[in-house]
Parts: sequence; C-alpha cells; structure tokens
Amino acid sequence: MVFEQFGVKNFVPETKTEEFVTYLKEGRMMTTRCKECQRITFPPKMDCITCGRSEMEWVKIEEPGKLNTFTTVMYGPAGFEKETPYTLALVEFPMGIRIFAQMDKKIPPDEIKVGMGLRVVPIKLQNDRISYQFERV
Amino acid sequence: MEKDVAIVGVGQSPFMRKCGISIGELCFLAYHEALDGTHLKNKDIDASIICSATEYDKQRSPAGVISDYLDLRKKPTFCVESLCSSSSSGLRIGYSLIKAGLHDVVAVIGFQKMSELTSAEAAERMGRSGDVMWESPFGMTMPAAFAMFARAHMTEYGTTEEQLAKVRVKNSIYGALNDKAAFRKVVTLEEVINSRPVVTPLKMLDCCANADGAVVLILASRDVARRVTDKPIWIHGLGASSGSATLAGRETYSSISCAREAARIAYDMAGLGPEDIDVAEVHDCFTITEIINYEDLGFAKPGEGVKLLEDRETYLEGKIPVNLDGGLLSKGHPIGATGGGQIRSIVRQLRRECGETQVKNAKIGLVHNLGGPGVYCFVTILGRD
Repeated sequence: MVFEQFGVKNFVPETKTEEFVTYLKEGRMMTTRCKECQRITFPPKMDCITCGRSEMEWVKIEEPGKLNTFTTVMYGPAGFEKETPYTLALVEFPMGIRIFAQMDKKIPPDEIKVGMGLRVVPIKLQNDRISYQFERV
Repeated sequence: MEKDVAIVGVGQSPFMRKCGISIGELCFLAYHEALDGTHLKNKDIDASIICSATEYDKQRSPAGVISDYLDLRKKPTFCVESLCSSSSSGLRIGYSLIKAGLHDVVAVIGFQKMSELTSAEAAERMGRSGDVMWESPFGMTMPAAFAMFARAHMTEYGTTEEQLAKVRVKNSIYGALNDKAAFRKVVTLEEVINSRPVVTPLKMLDCCANADGAVVLILASRDVARRVTDKPIWIHGLGASSGSATLAGRETYSSISCAREAARIAYDMAGLGPEDIDVAEVHDCFTITEIINYEDLGFAKPGEGVKLLEDRETYLEGKIPVNLDGGLLSKGHPIGATGGGQIRSIVRQLRRECGETQVKNAKIGLVHNLGGPGVYCFVTILGRD
C-alpha cells in the first residue's frame, strides 16, 4: 500500500495506480496511456472508459507546463495548519493534461504569474511521505 | 401559466451562525411556516425528502430523525445529497415523485447545522468534496477552488478585486433588509477590499460564511395545488448537470460548464430564455461566483458580467435583479438548506410578498444553485399564474 505515503495527508491508500507512487519515489513523474486508444490522462487511471479495457502503460510527463491559475491559501484545512501559507496551482502540460499541486515555496509570491513556465517535480516530505510540486523551469 | 407541479408552501428558519437548537427543532421552524401558508395539515404530506450534505452532520442518516420529529412517521422519507445543491436535488426528486403519480404532496426539507463542527473541520470536509485521491493531499479547500476561478477570470477578462467587491456591496444592501439573514450590515467597498486575505485574490468579505438553517418547500400536483393555495408557483423548468470532480479535468476556469448546461436544459424545458427572467437568485458562495453565474446563465456575455453589475442591471431597479434576499454572502450558507432558501426567495418574489425588495410585476423567476466548485449545478425556473 505504497500509495498511503502520497501527499501531506492521504485518504485513499488502495488503488490500482499505486505504481505512480513507486515512480515518484524514484524521482520520476509518470502517468498512464491506454494501449488501445493511446489516450493519456492525468490523474493516471488504470481503466480506459473509452475502450472499456484496463491495459495501460506508464509514460513520462512532457514538460514544461504553463500556469493556468493559482491561489495562496492563508487558512488551511485540518492537517495543514503548519503548511500555511501555501500556493495551489493548476498547470497545463503539453500532452493535453492538467495537473493540480502546490507551488514550490521558494518562488516569491510576486513572481508567480499566469502563463509562466513550470515543471512538475517529485518531492520528499517529512515522515517518509512523498508528493510533487511545481518548480520554475 | 399552469404546469403539472407547483410549490404551494415555503418556510425558512432564520439563518444563524450558531442556532443553539437541535436539527429537528431547526427544521420545525421552517416546516411550521411552510404549512401555515396553505390549507394543508401534517397528515396531508405524502412523503418527505430530507436534503443535507451529511458529512457536516453528527446525526447519521438524518431522514429518520427529522421525519420522526415532524411526525411524518409511516410516510416514505429518505435523504438526498449533492453538497451545496442538496435541496435543489430534493426539489427535482419531489417533482419527479409527483409527476410519476406516486404522491400528491411532498415536503422537501433542507437543513444544515454547520456549527456542529469547528471551522477547520468544516474546511477539511469541504475540501474533501473535491477528489480525495488527487486534490485533498495538497490541502485543497472550497474557497481555494473559487479563488482559482477568480484568478482565471481576472487574467482572461481583466476583472479586478475592486469589481468583485462590488458584488458584496450590492448583496449587503439587500441582506440588511432580510430579517432571516445571518449578516445584516451594509458594507462599503473599502471594507471588502481591506478585509483580510483568505485565499488570494479573495478576502474575508468576498466569502460567504457557514451557517445553521433549515428550509421547507411543499410541492403539490396541479389539482391539489388549486385546492390548498391561492398563489401556487409553478415549476416551469428544471435543469441539472454535473462537471469534472477534479479541477484538473476542467477545460476552463473562468466559467462553470455544468452551470451552462443546466441553464440550457432549464430554459429549453420552460420554453424561455434569459431575457424572460424577471428576478433571479444565483449561487454567490463567493463574489467571483456571482459574476461567473451571470455569464453562465446568459444574463451577460462571457467577460461582461462585471459590466452588468456596474451598470446596476442586477440591482432591484435593473433589468435582471439578482439576489434581492442578500444572497449567500448575507444570509450565510447552511449547505443543505441553501438551495431551498434561494427557491423560497423566488417563490416569495413571484407571490409579490417581498415588500421593499419586491420586483414589480415579477412573473418568471430563476434559481441557480451550485454544488461544490461546479461538480453539480441545478437551474430552476418558476412562474406564477
């Protein structure tokens, strides 16, 4: 149940996509492509609703992405009290996918602009937890 | 114009930050008022639909406890949930039960007692109404989703924080006149702009607040409606749609696709368009949402929602008055009761019971009710005889 290590706080330890977290731990940001129709999704899915089949392969996410929108959260939900303030963002990547994650805290808030180029990078958190964040190209 | 199903009674408890009473007692306040306006007695209610975003309730499966408290025992009862649009879901199901001929009179009972949880607990549960697998692990909250919509709208159309604040200013003027609203103070542009940042670019006064409250809508078939009230309000259009649960799955952040779809369906069913609407209630959970809603409902073209507000067209004297009860921003947001509260306000407008905030000659009204950050949307069009 390697997926339970994903995120600051996790609610879904069991999933067929747990290889995603295995790749993250190796420092690789991957997602799934349907072997039949070649459709790539993010988040990864082990089932293709278009083909009705579950034969998928893992592909590397192409970069860089472009920042669509963002917000800085001053009051976090339970479990995130020590994280605030943090910036959440939606970033569009070349393969027709969008990814939601936190921004690298090292980027000064006044330098965050819609349209800026970003990479998505695996990061290690405290207590053997793992996640990913957006970093400057 | 007469239709198959009417709303014959509406009632609402005050919306309060902390009600200090039980959920059954809270629902009684609304139920009692809804029946009072009709010739119906408790025994005439054939079924009840309890509407609640149950993740906020201490009580599990609230339908049993509430129908019992209201002495609706022996009659069918069940709970429906679609987050902030739970009671619009209830209306849709109540309509179906009557249209199908299963029942003649149905009580739609929406409630929430948000004060049972701390703010952080409520925020965490609200954040979990997105995708718990791919969003909650990053600290997602409901305000954060709408803040990202605000940023996208600002980037695409040049909307400013000051323009967003004008939504709160308008709604506060009407909220001050609503004796059941939780916030009854008129606020100034400066107060909104200088309120503390919560989720940039949204500030404290750009956000609605959690509240406790209950609303009851009594629905009846045409024949029963004619017997029990002089002022039936007919259901002309019901539109419902859903959107991607993950924000990463959306194609745009400056508009809410399920709202556009729900509006299209409701207008089609009613045989009406945005130009036919005399008065509307739209889901202003945040200031930005009201602007986006104008555009999604066709009251304004994409990017022109702000202009509609700045031209005062959504004020009482404008061409399409919106949120004359103060909106969620003034009333507060008791999740499961919110949609019912909006419907009640439009029913009262169409019955011409709104006093100082009455739209003259209102004949057709519209209710727009979102669930989550555009995961669900319901658009309801109502009309009087």
